[in-house]
Amino acid sequence: MSEISGKIDDKSSPSGVIGWVDERLPILSFVRNHLTHYYTPKNFNFWYFFGSLAFLILFLQIFTGIFLAMHYKPDAKLAFDSVEFIMRDVNLGWLIRYMHSTGASAFFVVVYLHMFRALMYGSFKKPRELIWLFGVFIYLALMAEAFMGYLLPWGQMSYWGAQVIINLFTTIPFIGQELGIWIRGDFAISDPTLTRFFALHIVAVPMVILLLVILHLAALHTVGSNNPDGVEIKKHKDENGVPLDGIPFHPYYTVKDFVGIGVFLFLFALTVFFIPEMGGYFLEHANFIPANPLVTPDHIAPVWYFTPFYSILRAIPDPAYGALAMAMSIVVLFFMPWIDSNPIKSIRYRSMLFRINLFVFVIGFLILGYLGVKAPTPLYSALALRFSEMYFIFFALLYFYSSARGNLYSYIFTGAIVFLIAIYDVARITSDNYISVLIGLASVCIFIMFMTLTPLFSNLNKEKQVPDRITG
Amino acid sequence: MSSDNPDNSRRKFLTGSLSLVGGTGAAATLWPFLSSMAPSAKSRAAGAPVKVDISRLKDGEKIDLIWRKKPIWVVKRTKNMLDSINTNEGQHKDPMSENTEQQPNFAKNKFRSLKPEILVLEGVCTHLGCNPAFKSDENKFFCACHGSNFDLAGKVANGSPAGANLKVPPYRFEDENTIIVGELPQSDNESKG
Repeated sequence: MSEISGKIDDKSSPSGVIGWVDERLPILSFVRNHLTHYYTPKNFNFWYFFGSLAFLILFLQIFTGIFLAMHYKPDAKLAFDSVEFIMRDVNLGWLIRYMHSTGASAFFVVVYLHMFRALMYGSFKKPRELIWLFGVFIYLALMAEAFMGYLLPWGQMSYWGAQVIINLFTTIPFIGQELGIWIRGDFAISDPTLTRFFALHIVAVPMVILLLVILHLAALHTVGSNNPDGVEIKKHKDENGVPLDGIPFHPYYTVKDFVGIGVFLFLFALTVFFIPEMGGYFLEHANFIPANPLVTPDHIAPVWYFTPFYSILRAIPDPAYGALAMAMSIVVLFFMPWIDSNPIKSIRYRSMLFRINLFVFVIGFLILGYLGVKAPTPLYSALALRFSEMYFIFFALLYFYSSARGNLYSYIFTGAIVFLIAIYDVARITSDNYISVLIGLASVCIFIMFMTLTPLFSNLNKEKQVPDRITG
Repeated sequence: MSSDNPDNSRRKFLTGSLSLVGGTGAAATLWPFLSSMAPSAKSRAAGAPVKVDISRLKDGEKIDLIWRKKPIWVVKRTKNMLDSINTNEGQHKDPMSENTEQQPNFAKNKFRSLKPEILVLEGVCTHLGCNPAFKSDENKFFCACHGSNFDLAGKVANGSPAGANLKVPPYRFEDENTIIVGELPQSDNESKG
């Protein structure tokens, strides 16, 4: 490995057959630019495993999916039985199917951690806005892919889950009903819905995801990777143009990523072999019953990775506004680079209040996820509403912390948010629910006031000096 | 960066063993996928022996059945048909049924069958897999795809594109009028598995 020095030997052109090919098709140059001479910050930590892991899972899903498609039959009369055929009769078919179903959940675990990393270290900020935007598009495509894939086994949860989600579109004013029928290709979910979801799931959406991943990586390799310190390594280069704080991706991070892949595959295999259904979270129990359009299961919950958004949908007791709130909770992600325009990227140098905000957001997101799998009770519904409010407050506070705010601005900002929340509560308060409404309102308002007004008379919003070079 | 002087041989050994173990694991992971493409338990169950009743089969007639998705012929040969069968060296590529792949041991005889008058054959041309036609008036099987000729014991005629005699499947008589295709006779079980 001693040949890995700091020098770039791009100019020395290869000879022989490799050179002949490279002059006509720059494969070797491509490998150099994106692997052996792609310079990455030397201080990547644990959180930087998840990008390459997501790539690995994408490959796994496509690979296992191809083999499942060899045995699956996209026909409402045959689909359920063909899945059971895969589970029982195809040689090791159960293994391939469990790899695919576990892979879907693993994909979301990894992608959520990958997104959290971006929030923590400000990886969505200038100049990486496009990387983030492509990432959110990948996330959206992934949700569509997972949703359509879940219909294919044609079990009860497949059917009724799709029923609920497609009916979200019917809440759109004027065109909703017609749109719902058009999406289903029938007056209810039936064979045409299954066959089109199959086509989209195995051909169209995977191609879109692959394209977006290429764009995501191309944008990343154009501006370079962020790092836990949030400093730009390209600012300090040696006389050969190599970043002083950079090391080539290969062999340093390929070898490091293999360790992460090893740990991941260990956990993945553990799940596939011992708890593939994950107690009904990865594969829901009701989905082992064939789809029946006449009987809805007692309790419908989406698969775990959708539940935070499902909670937001249920929190608002109106179909159209609930769907709108859920849509907004995804749409807001696209605006992250412009919502949080604070020049400091990494959480290491952001203020204590920023850390509290991010921490509360993560906890709130997990609680929303938990509430989404539970049947709604008055208490759970009240909590779901409050944590939905907290979900959006996170973004408002990010905006607030983008720069130093004066007294007047802080008071007006606080007042405006408190007013918005209170006005909704005033509209729905009755003699039956006033205790829970007031407790909820007070909790949220106290949190907001703590987050926006303490900077006026404390150091909680004090940020640290960002170093010029990578530390440690 | 605790050391500026890394031990390269140690590092090479670790990289090499990691590649070996990882590569073996990756190769082993391919097994379920390749295996899933082999016939499923359902297809294998569908490949079980089949029973055929020949009590109503008349002299000179042929019936077709399906075993393992392949056509199986049962022909009741007449005296005239049996007379047409010979083992002359010059007329057949394999007159003595020496090619053991093409029939169970019990059928390595002049008529390539358990009983002279009852012929059981796989109706798949040994050239490229078409179904030859039964020409009862000419006492032969003829494959229209590429013009192979077989006599009424399934022996390939000289000059045919096909290289081997038509295959005799394993079969046995359960009783006088019942054939089980896919199982060998008791006596043959030990000699040929």
